[in-house]
Amino acid sequence: MIRHLRNFFSPMMALGIVLLALVLLPGLFGQLFTNPEQMRLMAGGINAAPTWDHLLGTQNEGRDVLTYILKGMPNTLLIGLVGGGSAVLLGTVLGMVAGYVGGPLDGAIRNIVDIGLTIPPLAILIMIAASFSVVLPLTMGLVIALTSWMHPTRVIRSQVLSLREREFVLLLRLSGASPLHIVFRELLPNLIPFLAATFVNSVATAILASIGLEVLGLGSFQTPTLGNLIYFAIIGNAMWLGLWWWWLPPILILIVLFMGLFFVSTALDAIANPRLEPR
Amino acid sequence: MNLRYLGRRMATFLLTIFIASTLNFAITRLTPQDPIAALLGRMASRGRSVENGAEITALFRERLGLDDSLPQQYLNYLLGLLRGDLGYSLAFFPIKVEAVILRALPWTLGLLSVATLLAFTIGNLLGALAAWPQVPRGFRWLVYLSMPFSAIPYYLLALILVYLFALTWQVLPLGGAFTVGSTRGRDLATFADMARHATLPVLSVVLAVVGFWALSMRGIMATVLGEDYLIYAQARGLRSRRIFSHYAMRNAMLPQVTALAIDFGRLISGQVLVEIIFNYPGMGWVLYNALRSADFFVIQGVTLFMIFTVAVATLLLDLFYPLLDPRIRY
Repeated sequence: MIRHLRNFFSPMMALGIVLLALVLLPGLFGQLFTNPEQMRLMAGGINAAPTWDHLLGTQNEGRDVLTYILKGMPNTLLIGLVGGGSAVLLGTVLGMVAGYVGGPLDGAIRNIVDIGLTIPPLAILIMIAASFSVVLPLTMGLVIALTSWMHPTRVIRSQVLSLREREFVLLLRLSGASPLHIVFRELLPNLIPFLAATFVNSVATAILASIGLEVLGLGSFQTPTLGNLIYFAIIGNAMWLGLWWWWLPPILILIVLFMGLFFVSTALDAIANPRLEPR
Repeated sequence: MNLRYLGRRMATFLLTIFIASTLNFAITRLTPQDPIAALLGRMASRGRSVENGAEITALFRERLGLDDSLPQQYLNYLLGLLRGDLGYSLAFFPIKVEAVILRALPWTLGLLSVATLLAFTIGNLLGALAAWPQVPRGFRWLVYLSMPFSAIPYYLLALILVYLFALTWQVLPLGGAFTVGSTRGRDLATFADMARHATLPVLSVVLAVVGFWALSMRGIMATVLGEDYLIYAQARGLRSRRIFSHYAMRNAMLPQVTALAIDFGRLISGQVLVEIIFNYPGMGWVLYNALRSADFFVIQGVTLFMIFTVAVATLLLDLFYPLLDPRIRY
């Protein structure tokens, strides 16, 4: 555990955390400083370049782009947290049960996971999103989790399989500890760095999927999100009209966010599997 | 390979296809949206006569068997699928969904197989060199710098590339697969035109994927470097370049080739958005237009086709894997 703590703040982790903070802080608190009036239609001129009143200009309905971004970031982050979080939660429970209990239950879970992994998630997401109107970020996150819990399940199961054979587990079993105690009190703490890496990856996957759906025009347009902003910018020909303040900021924010998640997950991965790093 | 494994693998394959088709049926039947109402709405907006609309509505109700019971509809749907019948496109009415898919398929296959192979070659070379001891430090950092690119979704890279190369510097076309109005033949000019149009889409996919290959190759190479046969090759006095290509690379490639096969299976479903950004007339573009015009049968057909290709590719990979790696036996 002490080794974990010392290795925790690697340069890569630090870089990742700084990048994430750049997105998370305005994402969480930025909306406190917004003026709801700026989200209204014709709050400013149409497609107006940045001024002191509208720091990132306005889009084709005259809404303030900066306000839209600050209102949209929490929703995008919420989709990622709900989607990634529920996928990892489901994956942890199923993976631990399958890995520790084994037998026919493991066989069943493994088969479902194998089948699920074959079906491309975007295909199912498109079918669902095109057939039902997914209105809230919360539902969007849950729908995404439905299509992305298989990968966490598989990785966690294989980790539990290798942990199960360790001496300390045998000792616990011989001393009469209940399976529930072994799985959740003894195995789970050993998996924490690993679960953290899986969680960060799942959040990235969920945000990626939601932005993909929204850029396809399958998001809910009532809710401001970064993906919807990009979709409307594409539909509104923002790039062709040279309105960089409309299409570029959401893309840059997402790039910083994905880079941050990438560095944090790579750093966590190095902690979880120290042998992977060459020297 | 024993028959029991083959049988179990085939059963999983069929089950996957069956579950995917059932989901496809269930999701579209549970939806509150009515494809025919959407069609009528679109026709009304184009100002066509209502008589014609009523006629087509009746045709579709019959074609869909919407008056049948749900189990009967389900049975008809599955029987249709067995015959490769995906129904009609609502947007281009007398054309069948299969025809729409087949028209788009070569574009997607061409674009994405070039992109995938390019990324595979460059990424593996970079990754292997990054782990190789004789390579200068500066180069190694170049490789590390390329890795974060893999964290950026390819469609965001694509938008930035369009802005830089097509709008700001205007060296490459904005989109499409060929110059509109140009005569297309089997000559060099046609090929050059198509290559110019494919450059940006390919580049955006390559940039986004190359880091993945480099990262995993670096990891595999690091384990290969510790093997005894490399020390033996050095002891024999072989040249470093030969050890790299014939001894290290060759052994490290195996898991990468497997991953490449999986990637090829996901070719059609993986990079849907790149075609939309570049207006490239492949499967992703067909899907996007179907979504925009509520062409339900095309949406269903394309997603089902994507699932089918991935399932077939995984099946083939599992069956041929023992041939690739003789150490694996089922």
